[in-house]
Amino acid sequence: MEYFFELFLGGLTRGSIYALIALGYTMVYGIIELINFAHGEIYMIGAFTALIVASLLTMAGMDGMAVLALSMVVAIIYAGAYGLTIEKIAYKPLRQAPRLSPLISAIGMSIFLQNYVLLAQTSDFLPFPSLVPEFSFMEPYEHIFSSSELMIVVVTAVSMLVLTYLIKFTKMGKAMRASAQDRTMAMLAGINVNRIISTTFIIGSTLAAVGGVLIASHIGQINFYIGFIAGIKAFTAAVLGGIGSIPGAVLGSLVLGWTESFATGYVSSDYEDVFAFTLLVLILIFRPAGILGKTKTQKV
Amino acid sequence: MKNLKQSILISLWFIFLTFPLMVIRVNTVEQEVEWRWINMAFIGVGAFICSYIWRYLMARKEKGGNEEESKTSWHQTLTMDKRYAIPAAALILTLAIIFPNIVSEYRINTMISALIYVVLGLGLNIVVGLAGLLDLGYVAFYAVGAYSYALLNHHFGLSFWACLPLGALLGAFFGILLGIPVLRLRGDYLAIVTLGFGEIIRLILENWNEFSFGPSGIANISNPTFFGQEISRSSGILFIYYLMIALVIFTIFVVNRLQNSRLGRSWVALREDEIACQAMGIDRMKTKLAAFALGATWAGMVGVIFAAKTSFINPASFTFLESAIILSIVVLGGMGSILGVILAAFVLILLPEELRAFSEYRMLIFGASMVLMMVFRPQGIIANVRRSYEYHGLDGAEEAK
Repeated sequence: MEYFFELFLGGLTRGSIYALIALGYTMVYGIIELINFAHGEIYMIGAFTALIVASLLTMAGMDGMAVLALSMVVAIIYAGAYGLTIEKIAYKPLRQAPRLSPLISAIGMSIFLQNYVLLAQTSDFLPFPSLVPEFSFMEPYEHIFSSSELMIVVVTAVSMLVLTYLIKFTKMGKAMRASAQDRTMAMLAGINVNRIISTTFIIGSTLAAVGGVLIASHIGQINFYIGFIAGIKAFTAAVLGGIGSIPGAVLGSLVLGWTESFATGYVSSDYEDVFAFTLLVLILIFRPAGILGKTKTQKV
Repeated sequence: MKNLKQSILISLWFIFLTFPLMVIRVNTVEQEVEWRWINMAFIGVGAFICSYIWRYLMARKEKGGNEEESKTSWHQTLTMDKRYAIPAAALILTLAIIFPNIVSEYRINTMISALIYVVLGLGLNIVVGLAGLLDLGYVAFYAVGAYSYALLNHHFGLSFWACLPLGALLGAFFGILLGIPVLRLRGDYLAIVTLGFGEIIRLILENWNEFSFGPSGIANISNPTFFGQEISRSSGILFIYYLMIALVIFTIFVVNRLQNSRLGRSWVALREDEIACQAMGIDRMKTKLAAFALGATWAGMVGVIFAAKTSFINPASFTFLESAIILSIVVLGGMGSILGVILAAFVLILLPEELRAFSEYRMLIFGASMVLMMVFRPQGIIANVRRSYEYHGLDGAEEAK
């Protein structure tokens, strides 16, 4: 039973991280119907920036929560800036192009960013300091659920709440939902759609950076390639829940996290990624709209 | 003046953006920080220049390059007009035949890889360029071909010539296997499923030790034989070179014929508009499956040759990166254009070999050029020329162009 709980909590942690990344995919897809392949790279860049800042601060003699908070803030700022720049360079000129063009451009961007980090930094795995302190009240449960895992779950939950508030109750959220429903109509209603799209990219990127910093600090090492697999899996999660739907992304992420956790725990750990991809293929075959997505009939 | 101000702002923005990654490098083990201030200057100047180029290209794009497209371009004359096409083809063929006699074995080897990529590019071109199905797991079929030769040779001692058609068949079979479930999916979902499929194949090859010998791969794959005659390693290279030349010619021939066939035109129609295409009575399912199967056939066949050439394969040769390289060959060459794909394969594979100093920047440049190509010249280096008819006056002279 304890093993079950351990796997359950492990799946919850995984799912939370996927959720943070999947939200970026789903929000961008909701508005411009594009799979932002470079999103996983933003997550990776967020983790790298945090590593650099955290190392500098630690060498300057700081420690504890201050390092975590500061490096998180810097990572968020940079991830947002990268998201914005990527959108301006690779996607904005292609708004009117056929669907395949922005997708190929996104893949190119992803390859470019990976190799940019590879060349600017290193191809090796870098050790990432454990930024989350050990909470004393977690001590009795430490063997099945560590402090950093608790941190991941809590931060994800809080981010979800903030995001839901942002989208449901603010004017900007309203504009976002309007742009997602009908871009032309939103434009006619006086919404600056280009700015809304940029904002969406920034919000998605900041969430990815939060996920990147937390998971890097939990796992303890990063390299330039972590964004690729994480991005694909988060996309799987977003599709699983129904792409374009925000609760769907969270639900899909948790389902994916648990699937992976239980499958590796009870079946075999060699095929961890195979389970994720198989789940994706199965979902797309049997329910292409995802768990919470609605099947739209295409009108001509 | 406005431009200058804007460019300065852009370069400042990029300096800010790249500051932590380009300037600082921390060594977490030895607690050292390396400051590389010089990179900051490079980025600043680079971004400044690039912003001017970007603006110039943007302005040119907005003015519309349609005028130059409508004129007959050099490659069109070269491929369409028999007066030029036949001598040009003869010249290239002669060059290809004497090529191995004038260069070193190393050069022949790189040429073989370039030719392998030409065939892979042309195969993927069927799927992506003609049928418009973005396949990101194309390398899986290549792996299927390579492993089918390696395993059949290892276990049953089957010869190269028996495996070549088998590899092609297995490739086609896997193409259909992937094709059936994804038929209903739209472009971007299709991309991600094919990517997942490619990764699944690679992960299975890597983990299923009893079947594929895992990450250590399979060594000592036999050389091809020449009518039952064993060939030595060095003349084997030559043999594979000529085999590849023959295969490339065969591929060009088939793809060219396909392009103008009923099937080829239904692919293009499917790419342009699926719903309209179905309304015209084209069987979407058959057409898509044919594209997947035919595309995969080439990959399977080339996979067999690749295994024979290297005589050692392991899953590391079949990562997503390979798929991305093949895709960028198709995209940069011009989707659907045979000549463009061939040129792009030579440029992308041979150029990094020649410019060793830049080889580590290869993928960086690939990625950047994919983005730039999509933004500024989505039709590729050499645009695919669609058959079109022009109406000249009332005397009824309708001329094929």
